[in-house]
Amino acid sequence: MSEHPGRRTPGKGLVDGLAVTLKTMTRRSGTQQYPDVEPDLPPRSRGVIALLEENCTVCMLCARECPDWCIYIDSHKEEVVVPGAARARQRNVLDRFDIDFSLCMYCGICIEVCPFDALHWTPEFEYAETDVLDLLHDKNRLGDWMQTVPPPPAHDVLGEPSKEETTAARKAAGPGAATPAKVARPAARPAAAPKAPAEEPGEGAER
Amino acid sequence: MPLWLDLLIRVVAVVAGFLVVPLVVGQMEHKVMAHMQGRLGPMYAGAFHGWAQLVADGLKFVQKENITPRDADKRVFHLAPVVALFPYLIVLLAVPLGPGGLVAQSLDIGLFFVLAVLGVGVVAVLMSAWASANKYSLLGGLRGAAQLLGYELPLVLSAASVAMAAGTLSLPGIVEAWRPWWLLWQAPAALVFFVSGLAEIRRPPFDMPIADSELVFGYMTEYTGLRFAFFLLAEYVGIVVIAALTTVLFLGGWHGPAADQLGWLWTLVKVFAVAFVVIWLRVSYPRLREDQLQRLCWLVLVPVALGQLILTAAVKVAL
Repeated sequence: MSEHPGRRTPGKGLVDGLAVTLKTMTRRSGTQQYPDVEPDLPPRSRGVIALLEENCTVCMLCARECPDWCIYIDSHKEEVVVPGAARARQRNVLDRFDIDFSLCMYCGICIEVCPFDALHWTPEFEYAETDVLDLLHDKNRLGDWMQTVPPPPAHDVLGEPSKEETTAARKAAGPGAATPAKVARPAARPAAAPKAPAEEPGEGAER
Repeated sequence: MPLWLDLLIRVVAVVAGFLVVPLVVGQMEHKVMAHMQGRLGPMYAGAFHGWAQLVADGLKFVQKENITPRDADKRVFHLAPVVALFPYLIVLLAVPLGPGGLVAQSLDIGLFFVLAVLGVGVVAVLMSAWASANKYSLLGGLRGAAQLLGYELPLVLSAASVAMAAGTLSLPGIVEAWRPWWLLWQAPAALVFFVSGLAEIRRPPFDMPIADSELVFGYMTEYTGLRFAFFLLAEYVGIVVIAALTTVLFLGGWHGPAADQLGWLWTLVKVFAVAFVVIWLRVSYPRLREDQLQRLCWLVLVPVALGQLILTAAVKVAL
């Protein structure tokens, strides 16, 4: 066996193969018996998009950013008379918020861009229909799915404090107090900046 | 007991075994294969771990349309599944289950008869292949013919070795003469017989004639409905037959503790153990290529079988 110096005793591969299958047989199988047993999904699974109607301001960002234009929004303006104000306020009222899940490709951009957290991922996935036209779901259906949205993950104790917390702390400390942003960022760039100016052409945001 | 009643009981028992044992083996294949692949296998039919899956499959096959290709040689095409199935039924007649004549038909030349009838299988393969008027069928059938004719030789030679050792061709006689140390003495023959038996029933890794990834389904490509089910049943009966023959010839048939009362149980246990190995090999090994198939037969199995014949003769003369 000079051609195969690493070759082991003949037949070992055959026995190894038999051993693999026999060992697998004695282990528990990984099958999840889905219709009988609910699948154990991770809490942040992306199943379907739910809508919290109260948070929606009809800013249309989601509908514009949607890559395949599967969000349909209609609204009208209502005047809200605030007692004591000089004139009546105007506010957008959502008439229609439909997502066509036959077009949706679950990219999640609408959820990312929503400034007011009106859209949420939920792990719910059992909304198959026998007709593709029935996959256009209205705001009531999307609102029902809000109940299946898991609570947001707990804040990382080692991470930065949230924007709301720092703002509240700053307001409590009074005007002119040091903010984390002011403390964290040095007033002048260190001497490293002129050393390699060509290395960061794309980072225009840095002054 | 009158002769006709005796005959009736024997025939009914063999037919019942012929219909039930292969189904058990088939179900075992479903479940063992599934668990060896980390799956569960059938779980719904029959409500308890899919025990009725093959019954449901059978019902489904009965309901399916029976298609005969327009260019097919119709009578041969229709006859082939029966020819594939029938020899195995005949073989089961001669396989002894327990001591004291617990065999449907005791034959003095049982081994010869069994091997001769098993050889009919190649005719069924060629019939179905040629009559289908399909190139895949024909390719599969010719591969099958080459394989079956080739592996017939080590099968017969290794069986001849054990017949020589026992000094009889009668299957009950061979089991009667069997001694535990034969396990060692006849081990090469047992291995050769089992491997060439696997090839004879065209089970993976010797499923070159079927080779569903290259030949659609070989000689069974054009078959549908009940005729296809016959071929599938023939495959499972084939497992039972090869397992039974290996048991009877090499593993001592009914020999075991309390063989006088529980002989039939020992035979069945051994048959199912061998059938498990057949399934195990299917799951573990990939299909042999055509040249590897022939090489294994002519360069390994035939010389080993011949060597075993010499060994058997030498020991027999020395004793």
